[in-house]
Amino acid sequence: MQGVGAGAGAVSVLATPEEAAAQSSVKSLGPAAVPVTLTVNGKPMKTAIEPRETLLDTLRSKLDHTGAKRVCDRGTCGACTVIVDSKVQYACTILAIDAQGKQIQTIESLTANGKVHPIVPAFVNNDAQQCGYCTPGFVMAAKGFLDKNPNPTYEQVKDGLGGNLCRCGTYVGVRKAVLEAAKALRGGAGVKGASNA
Amino acid sequence: MNNFEYVNATSLKEAAAALASSWTDAVVLAGGTDLLGLMKDYVMSPKRLVNIKNIKELGGITKSGAGLRIGATVTFDELANSALVRQGYPSLYAAVMGVTSPQIRNMGTVGGDLCQRPRCWYFRLGHGVLGEKDGKSLVADGENKYHAIFPEGRAHFVSASSLGPALVALGARVKLVSAAGSRELEAAKFFVAPQSNEAREIALLPNEILTEVVLPAAGKNATYEVRQKDALDWPLVTASVNLTMKGTAVTAANIVLGHVGPTPRHAAGAEQALIGKAVTADLAMAVGEAAVKGAKALSQNAYKIQLARVAVKRALLEAVGVKA
Repeated sequence: MQGVGAGAGAVSVLATPEEAAAQSSVKSLGPAAVPVTLTVNGKPMKTAIEPRETLLDTLRSKLDHTGAKRVCDRGTCGACTVIVDSKVQYACTILAIDAQGKQIQTIESLTANGKVHPIVPAFVNNDAQQCGYCTPGFVMAAKGFLDKNPNPTYEQVKDGLGGNLCRCGTYVGVRKAVLEAAKALRGGAGVKGASNA
Repeated sequence: MNNFEYVNATSLKEAAAALASSWTDAVVLAGGTDLLGLMKDYVMSPKRLVNIKNIKELGGITKSGAGLRIGATVTFDELANSALVRQGYPSLYAAVMGVTSPQIRNMGTVGGDLCQRPRCWYFRLGHGVLGEKDGKSLVADGENKYHAIFPEGRAHFVSASSLGPALVALGARVKLVSAAGSRELEAAKFFVAPQSNEAREIALLPNEILTEVVLPAAGKNATYEVRQKDALDWPLVTASVNLTMKGTAVTAANIVLGHVGPTPRHAAGAEQALIGKAVTADLAMAVGEAAVKGAKALSQNAYKIQLARVAVKRALLEAVGVKA
């Protein structure tokens, strides 16, 4: 397997013969590209990555999923938010190699197969975006939040989206959109434009 | 970030064997929320990362005697959802929820919080943990509004750990494991004030892994964080208290200030003033005053002394359930 082995790579960092002996069984990957399989929106996708590549960069530049955005790239702004094993996470701060075997859900899944998740039109209806750069992250943070909190209060929505920043200041619209989508998901008034409306 | 080789350890033994005697050779990877940023900024460029997230024994929150054992890879989200934490250790719960980003709570781990590097911008710009250039502190004459009011020697940064103040106040112990064996340390001794630019601010050695935190039974405890904004950020000042009571009288007190110095700071003098007394608003205020005795403001951070005073007062009142 390309780039896989406990050989030269492992030995290069050793300080003493004792450590060398202890590490002879250490299995390391890279630093050259290694083959990985990532499960994106339920579909296994194969590619080759160096261990230093983040999930975000891999999604965007290798797997043709450009919905998640690279903004701060430091796990602060939330524009890269994806859902990994049912939990919202910053894709810029996960190594792609670490994301193997996990269910990775991106914003592309919310409009897949001709079905539109109610959170998407709810953002449009409530003017929940301006320049739009933070929007995919907010939408996924909202989706992850609603999955766990089907009947939230405004305050809970505010706290639940505390990991995303919008420099245009669309927060109020975003929170209203989440409340509208929550209602639709509970089977109340539909959201205009949603598949289940 | 620079390239590195990756070890996906599935046992503690395997992880320990993959570490080395220097941080430039190998570093432990857990949640990555601090480490990956440091590596992207070239503050740290280890040749190898050792992932410990897939080691089962490093997870889980379990009862341990009268206290609690928390695995190093337990996430903030797991802590927040633990009834054991919420009910017995509200000071810890408050510190967890002070991390206001759900994404960070889902990713960040207990061990990672304790091992995270300082947020001091001079450190993050590559001037070393002391923030010095040509042997001279960049902090003293620079932008220092978030720096220490209780510096220790040459260290003017503040400990970044969110859980540190609460864990020190609760008398927690941490377990450190290497290929050669293991040792236990009081949380208070885990944090150290480095006196050279290359030294670390924690007692962990490069070949060691922080494996768990053990909490004893707690008294009345609370944490009060003073924050600049609701959004994700580190507190400006934290006060965490743990009080042993007999009726309404305090028989033993731990008061720990966070984000005021390079280590969580025991306000020993202030603790004494509580013994044998009931906590009232006036007493809490006086104890807050005593807790900041000896504080030394830099050019831009005198305001933190007042924040610390008030944080101690509010944490004390919260611990005993008295409305301010």
